[in-house]
Amino acid sequence: MALERDKLIAERARLTMTESQLLDLYRRMVLIRRFEDKVAEMYSRGKITGFCHLYAGEEAVAVGAISALYDKDYVLSTYREHGHCLAKGVSPRAVMAELFGKATGLSRGHGGSMHLFDANLRFMGGYAIVGGGLPLAAGLGLSVRYKGDPEVVCCFFGDGALPQGAFHESLNMASLWKLPVIFICENNFYGMGTLVQNAICQEELYKFAEPYKMPGVRVDGMDVLEVHSATLEAAARAREGDGPSLIEAVTYRFRGHSMSDPAEYRSKREERIWQERDPIKSLRRKLTRDGRATEAQLDAVEVEVTAIIDDAVKYAEESPEPSIDELGKYVYADNLGAR
Amino acid sequence: MALITYREALNQALREELDRDERVFIMGEEVGYFGGAFKVTDGLLAVYGEKRVRDTPIAELTIVGAGVGAAMGGLKPIVELMTINFGLLALDQIVNHAAKIHYMFGGHAKVPLVIRAPQGAGHQLGAQHSQSLEAYFLHCPGLYVAIPATPADAKGLLKSCIRQDNPVIFLEHESLYGVKGEVPDGEHLVPLGKARVAREGKDVTIVSYSKCVYDAMAAAEALENEGIDAEVIDLRTLNPLDITTVIESVKKTGKAMVVYEGWRTGGAGAEIAAQIYEAAFDDLDAPVERVATLDTPIPYNAKLEKAALPSAADIVKVAERMV
Repeated sequence: MALERDKLIAERARLTMTESQLLDLYRRMVLIRRFEDKVAEMYSRGKITGFCHLYAGEEAVAVGAISALYDKDYVLSTYREHGHCLAKGVSPRAVMAELFGKATGLSRGHGGSMHLFDANLRFMGGYAIVGGGLPLAAGLGLSVRYKGDPEVVCCFFGDGALPQGAFHESLNMASLWKLPVIFICENNFYGMGTLVQNAICQEELYKFAEPYKMPGVRVDGMDVLEVHSATLEAAARAREGDGPSLIEAVTYRFRGHSMSDPAEYRSKREERIWQERDPIKSLRRKLTRDGRATEAQLDAVEVEVTAIIDDAVKYAEESPEPSIDELGKYVYADNLGAR
Repeated sequence: MALITYREALNQALREELDRDERVFIMGEEVGYFGGAFKVTDGLLAVYGEKRVRDTPIAELTIVGAGVGAAMGGLKPIVELMTINFGLLALDQIVNHAAKIHYMFGGHAKVPLVIRAPQGAGHQLGAQHSQSLEAYFLHCPGLYVAIPATPADAKGLLKSCIRQDNPVIFLEHESLYGVKGEVPDGEHLVPLGKARVAREGKDVTIVSYSKCVYDAMAAAEALENEGIDAEVIDLRTLNPLDITTVIESVKKTGKAMVVYEGWRTGGAGAEIAAQIYEAAFDDLDAPVERVATLDTPIPYNAKLEKAALPSAADIVKVAERMV
């Protein structure tokens, strides 16, 4: 039922959005995909190191959800965060520079791939403890309510977070206090290499909403408009003061858990099936089919995005490393306790 | 000045800061309608309302995490953990989040969060309700640790902690809530990182904090009768740590012991002793001693519990041996 309804809403969104809005969704998804391709290349060349979790395949979730928000709304993410960060409008230069560990990076080279942050754009950080961002989202939601502001907080996490206590505590608290939080679970079927059904007693993850007395929907996470529509609805509810929602976006990561994971626990057949549902290709098909965009327009996006990413790499390469003198600078906000 | 209890001093600090800054609010288990498990927040709900004195579910991880998030959202939360023992459930949010956020985001995010927690033994509450865990937090860069002994410091330090921009663990010994002392009325701020010389002396330096300061003072009086003149230093905060005041004293006395209620092994005393060795090795006439809790969970039986904890008599015995 829920799925049918969301399909209809998504269909409506597709028909009511302007051409430029649709093209913008496409552009943002392509930007993330090509950015991640470039990150993989730079990783294999040793320019980017440490843990690095790519978002390819899941673009429709970040773009669909964040495009349904206002600029002042808050977004929190996980260690698989490049996509959310770019979708929020953060400069690809500053993201790439951070991955390169440079002083010009978002976190001045102190964070890396898993700890991006941009206060001005209200990208409130990537957190690398599974489930760790959910209590923070509740707290940000509390601050919004406290100040009487109209913003909402959009918190992304993976299916792996559901068995964590933080998930259950945060949903309970957010619902109890009617906090303006949208919990978006990216169900890509694997917590590292463990299948959802081997980790969680309830595979239909959106059903966890019910005991916490909030709406829960499962959407096709490969359909940007479906995610967009569900998020619009959740955001409206949150803004009205009616509290949080849980959205389960069913999606698939095209690469392994991290750059070091060849994903041998999955079959090639399974990967092929999902690649056929590539969210970028399917949006492209729909746009051209309906005459909402031309092949030439969509090809131009590729060219434009390639230039942006090449520029980001150049910027990152040419940026200086942080100075050794900075090593202890940001431990405390006032450095009283510097050791 | 008024003669009030440690508990009343904390309550006064909270009221003054709630009055002073709209962004300040209190959240925790039983802080509202119950008035706080140790009655520190008693009466605040009636004055400030549910928005600013917020009862929470029993969910320490998310209470602290929501405090971190609210701080990032521009508020100044004061989170009360019913006791530090329960705070262990929140360690992920304290250590991995609160303490790291300013650093790992390159200084672009601040977490002005005060986490208040009672701790300590002495009431026969058994192994899970009697711990002193300051060393756990002292170990972690990015967290300040305040641990006041007197009512005046309880007020002045809490107010300072609320006004600064870092996450602070503010530890209150459960035995101190009823202790009375002179506390300045109105604005009274004690800076973080400034130790207090509680008693001047020339023969031995007793470095302490929290409840053990009282044991150290009692021991110093007993030692005076034996002709031993002890100097007692109350650190007030463990991070920032005012090692300068300690070293000045050690240079004068040539002897130092650290007295604390955490476990002896890996406790704050080990760190302080190491810093004394590093800075004043040539001034020492004897090894630095530690008087601390035995390395055992705290037992229920009154006699056993007393034996596990450091006492004034233990301090006297060690001082006699040193001098």
